[in-house]
Amino acid sequence: MTDKIVVGLDGTQTGERALSFATDLASKMTDCELLAVYVIEWSPFTFQTAEENEKRHARREEEIAMAMARIVEPAVEKLIAAGFKATGLVRHGDVAETLNRLTVKHGGSQIVVGRVSAGGFSKRIFGSSTQNLVMSADVPVTVVG
Amino acid sequence: MKNSFKLGLATALATMASSPLAAQDAMTFDAKVNEVFANITGPFVNLIFAPFPGTDFPWIVMWLVVAATIFTLYFGFVQFRFFKHAIQLVKGDYSDPNDAGEVSHFQALATALSGTVGLGNIAGVAVAVGIGGPGATFWMILAGLLGMASKFTECTLGVKYRNEYPDGTVSGGPMYYISKGFDELGLPGGKILAVLFSIFCILGALGGGNMFQANQAHAQIQTVMGFEFSGLITGIIFAGIVFAVIVGGIKSIASVTEKIVPIMGLLYVGAALIILIVNYDKIGWAFGQIFTGAFTGLGVAGGLVGALIQGFKRAAFSNEAGVGSAAIAHSAVKTKEPITEGFVSLLEPLIDTVVICTMTALVIVISQQLIVNPATGLYVLNEAGTAIATIGDTSGVALTSAAFGSGISWFPYVLAVAVILFAFSTMISWSYYGLKAWTYLFGEGKITELVFKIIFCIFIVIGAAASLGPVIDFSDAAIFAMAVVNIFCLYFLMKLVRTELNSYASRLESGEIKKFEH
Repeated sequence: MTDKIVVGLDGTQTGERALSFATDLASKMTDCELLAVYVIEWSPFTFQTAEENEKRHARREEEIAMAMARIVEPAVEKLIAAGFKATGLVRHGDVAETLNRLTVKHGGSQIVVGRVSAGGFSKRIFGSSTQNLVMSADVPVTVVG
Repeated sequence: MKNSFKLGLATALATMASSPLAAQDAMTFDAKVNEVFANITGPFVNLIFAPFPGTDFPWIVMWLVVAATIFTLYFGFVQFRFFKHAIQLVKGDYSDPNDAGEVSHFQALATALSGTVGLGNIAGVAVAVGIGGPGATFWMILAGLLGMASKFTECTLGVKYRNEYPDGTVSGGPMYYISKGFDELGLPGGKILAVLFSIFCILGALGGGNMFQANQAHAQIQTVMGFEFSGLITGIIFAGIVFAVIVGGIKSIASVTEKIVPIMGLLYVGAALIILIVNYDKIGWAFGQIFTGAFTGLGVAGGLVGALIQGFKRAAFSNEAGVGSAAIAHSAVKTKEPITEGFVSLLEPLIDTVVICTMTALVIVISQQLIVNPATGLYVLNEAGTAIATIGDTSGVALTSAAFGSGISWFPYVLAVAVILFAFSTMISWSYYGLKAWTYLFGEGKITELVFKIIFCIFIVIGAAASLGPVIDFSDAAIFAMAVVNIFCLYFLMKLVRTELNSYASRLESGEIKKFEH
């Protein structure tokens, strides 16, 4: 059976560490695929001006293209170069919810993420994405420090 | 006080070209602006508000209500049948998670609402209740409920016939659905009607979406400051800030306002609820006044018909159903089914008129600011006989402020901030609607856009300086002129909406359209 590990990228050092941990893990398995995911934090319940709405579709395309080029593609290339079967995805949404949804959808058996994704004040109020993911995920989650 | 007195007279003096009180203003700039403005706009205003021959009933009010009733019947009470579905759409139950990041139904609704929730809900309701008595509220609620069907029709068309450009931006609104829809049906004249709508939309943006807001914001600032000063000063400051946003591209001001306005809206409804809860024993009585007043007039100026006209007119001005403005705001949403945006938009008149306006009216009635003759139980008219006498002779924003102040003493200060922010956000929204109409006429381009934006800012100054009478008349007239063209065209286009509605309803029933797992 093919195992699939989903790696949550965040464009920072911790995301990198999550990626290398996932690589280690995958190399110990006989047949393992990797899915590198970058979630752009976004909520459908925000308030915007009419002008922002008008340009939203174009902005979204830009955001996806940028995240793909700067974060996801380099990670996927690195994995492929290391001999793994790897794919990448960029999605908008709530980080924890989206990671979990994509994992389930793509048949992932576990998720690896970095430790910190929100800090300070906002973390106190909303909790971090990592905490939310750990509490709500349908598959085992590894948090890399 | 003088200012608020003027406010009360304003709508009553509908047929007079300029308020005689303006002459008392020492500021010559303000007086001059007022005179010139009133003379120029007079004929246009008189045409729009012309009464049916032999009555005082303005034909335009009938135009809006008849249209809303026809749409309600034609779509089989869509506002009630699809109400629950509309809520589910706003919650995102039917949104494809793969489309996350696009404009959501909630965002489109919130944007459209921030353009309509504003002074109409605070000042407009006070004008309606002050002149038409509590009974005006009943007609306002009725107009709001019927107006939901008008909104549904125009917003569905707005999304269906919007323009999508290669760079990913979108433009929509009545001018697009009128010209494309008429073409599709093989009807002549679509282009001319679209141009006519655009002209009225620009006037509406400059009037109700700009001058009325600037004017009332100035009135409110004067009340809070406690002394009078030239509207020129307020006008220039407002124009400066709006200029910075729409020309200078300082988005942060606009996005901050967009975030504060909903909070202000909630605060306003919250304060109204607190006052109602504290006075819970009077709620039954207040509704009694509203119902009795709706059919007997309770001795107010103009009696039953006066209450009805005021209620309908203020509802239309507040929720803009049938005007076509919301169709511009809603057209940015990402959806494969244009009709879903129609369902979402029908919540707008409900929130704006049925909930928020009714709250304001209830607070005004319950706080007993309107003076009742204890012997007869009828309302006492003011000296001029044009409106109900109020404690301290207040009307418009000042009446709402006094009503809230009698329940929560410090609330008038919060209200003052709310009025200014609402005015500002409405101006930003309407500058966008006006711009869309402008670019429809003159094409998109940096220079043509700049010309409109500068004209828009100049009108802020004029609006703040002119007295309320001519401003409110012009604002109403311009916005209603949009409705004349828009509704006329909707009668031809509504069958296109019905096709969409039938197809969607059957697919929803068969389970082809289903909720997404989130």
